[in-house]
Amino acid sequence: MTATDPKVRTVAPQGKPKQRLGDIVFSRTSLISGSAILAILAAVAIFLVGQSVPAFVADPEEFIGSPASFWDYVWPLVFGTLWSASLALLMALPLAVGIALFISHYAPRRLAQLLGYIVDLLAAVPSVVFGLWGIGVLAPAVLPAYTWLTENLGWIPLFAPPVSGTGRTILTASIVLGVMILPVMTAICREIFIQTPVLHEEAALALGATRWEMITMAVLPFGRPGIISGAMLGLGRALGETMAVAMVLSATGIITINLVSSANPSTIAANIALSFPEAYGVNVNLLIATGLILFLITLVVNSIARYIVNRRKDFSGAN
Amino acid sequence: MTATMQPAITNSLTQGQLHARTPWVTLGLGLTAAAGIVALITSATGSEFSLVGAIALGALFYLVAIVVISRLVEGQRKATDRFVTALVSGAFLIAMAPLVSLLFTVVVNGSARFDVEFFSSSMRNVVGEGGGAAHAIVGTLLMTGTAAIISIPIGLFTAIYLVEYGRGPLARAITFFVDVMTGIPSIVAGLFAFALFAIFFGPGVRMGFAGAIALAVLMIPVVVRSCEEMLRVVPNELREASFALGVPKWLTILNVVLPTSAAGIATGIMLAIARVIGETAPLLIVAGFTASMNYNLFADRMQSLPVFVFTSYANQGVDTQAYLDRAWAGALTLILIVMVLNLAARLIARAFAPKLGR
Repeated sequence: MTATDPKVRTVAPQGKPKQRLGDIVFSRTSLISGSAILAILAAVAIFLVGQSVPAFVADPEEFIGSPASFWDYVWPLVFGTLWSASLALLMALPLAVGIALFISHYAPRRLAQLLGYIVDLLAAVPSVVFGLWGIGVLAPAVLPAYTWLTENLGWIPLFAPPVSGTGRTILTASIVLGVMILPVMTAICREIFIQTPVLHEEAALALGATRWEMITMAVLPFGRPGIISGAMLGLGRALGETMAVAMVLSATGIITINLVSSANPSTIAANIALSFPEAYGVNVNLLIATGLILFLITLVVNSIARYIVNRRKDFSGAN
Repeated sequence: MTATMQPAITNSLTQGQLHARTPWVTLGLGLTAAAGIVALITSATGSEFSLVGAIALGALFYLVAIVVISRLVEGQRKATDRFVTALVSGAFLIAMAPLVSLLFTVVVNGSARFDVEFFSSSMRNVVGEGGGAAHAIVGTLLMTGTAAIISIPIGLFTAIYLVEYGRGPLARAITFFVDVMTGIPSIVAGLFAFALFAIFFGPGVRMGFAGAIALAVLMIPVVVRSCEEMLRVVPNELREASFALGVPKWLTILNVVLPTSAAGIATGIMLAIARVIGETAPLLIVAGFTASMNYNLFADRMQSLPVFVFTSYANQGVDTQAYLDRAWAGALTLILIVMVLNLAARLIARAFAPKLGR
């Protein structure tokens, strides 16, 4: 904004113009509010670090389950977090790009906004409801498919038998995560697809391209940063998502890439939510330390996403 | 058009193209064939008719058929185009499936206990049937309200700073870190509130106010983003006209900029509330869970609606069904609150959208 600065008034011919009290109070208040956000973020980091320190120096024998060391406790959780989030991203990204294309370039203009709202409704569903749905509906529904996979494709390590009896495996949790991160990824992809220069699209169509050829030539190259940053933001959401995973996944805390067995790695966030209410002593610090690690992972992922978004200032759909 | 008899006039522009209705007819035939096959298998094996299976098979038939037909009539490039069109539309339908299934399940399962008692009684001294979520609803309202009271002024003034005052590295830093803050996992916000309050109240601290702080950490960046976007939409001419009349900057913001964007700001705030009202994890950590009513934000555990849903599911008592019914009824209440907030926000945004001169 290039709002005219009131200081430029030429009423007072000499010296600096008088500062009004209201102006000073108002600008100070907004400056303080802005700085407060930086302070809060710093406080989050400082308090998490402060409360984690006891866990780093404590004797691992005091931890619940007595792991050999702090990292022995953390590593399966980190693996589970990254594994489930990447699976969710793998499933959700093609869908999100497809939905965004459908809304921006395939659906009738009139319907497009309504369809966008409907996808946004998915974002409005609280995660605890997704958890209930994952246990009550999704897990029983996918169980036959898992059984089939173990019987016919059991030689692939991903689907090695025995199959889980409840369907509450890491793959089910990842499907729920994928559904949960769809709206945010779709919103960002849609936002940037819509901003493809119309002249590029019309030029491609005028040269005789089909709609798909127009999309590959004009829309996707233009929208690539949007897709990448959308994927990163979705990954950030999936990494930090707590309740849906905590409820759906029946975790045993081991490291395995098996998708359909009843032994699954837990995730950092789910482990905190489930263990915190009963934690005592140094275990509280241990859980906070894992939270700090989660914070750092999501911070890196989100910063990369924001960096990519901010390189293109033209669009502002990053939310 | 009734051009089904004989192509009396051959239009060179539509030569070698499928009729506009062909894909729909193909889709219908594919679905019918799939339904027939699934019905046959069903009668042979005696299992239940699978609607999902029929639709999936029909979609597959359509995909193959339309590509083959288009390949024969229109050529390879058009066939690829039709293939992708089918895939993209399919992606949208696949995404709709969980939403529809979820809403359906919640309404069906939730209506069992969606009664007066659910909203009028707490879980105090309730072991089996009966009881309700009154304590959880009160807790949710108290904590979300406190979070809103904390985060709306901070968020709004930060947005004003970014749009009206902010220049240089500080504004850039705030913009960047607001974006980063949007991505803080909710559980980390809960841990932060716990770490903060544990310093003053000891390691076992559980109180509603701490939950409100955690929610505020999650809510502030959302408020900032939406308010900032709305303030930027206000046309610069309005500000300049106000300055030209000699109005000080702060009065310009107060009397010109804010009223112009009031509807958008209200929408943004409602969406922010809708986002945090369903947060479970931070409240589970710092506010704890309880069966009793608690009106005091600064002492003792405080139940909230999402945590109520979670604990009803996680700690099922002897009468399992009663606990599950309460969980689903809580989920239904939660979804209704969030959807109403969302819809109201959209309606406000649409009804009072700033009239830009275009």
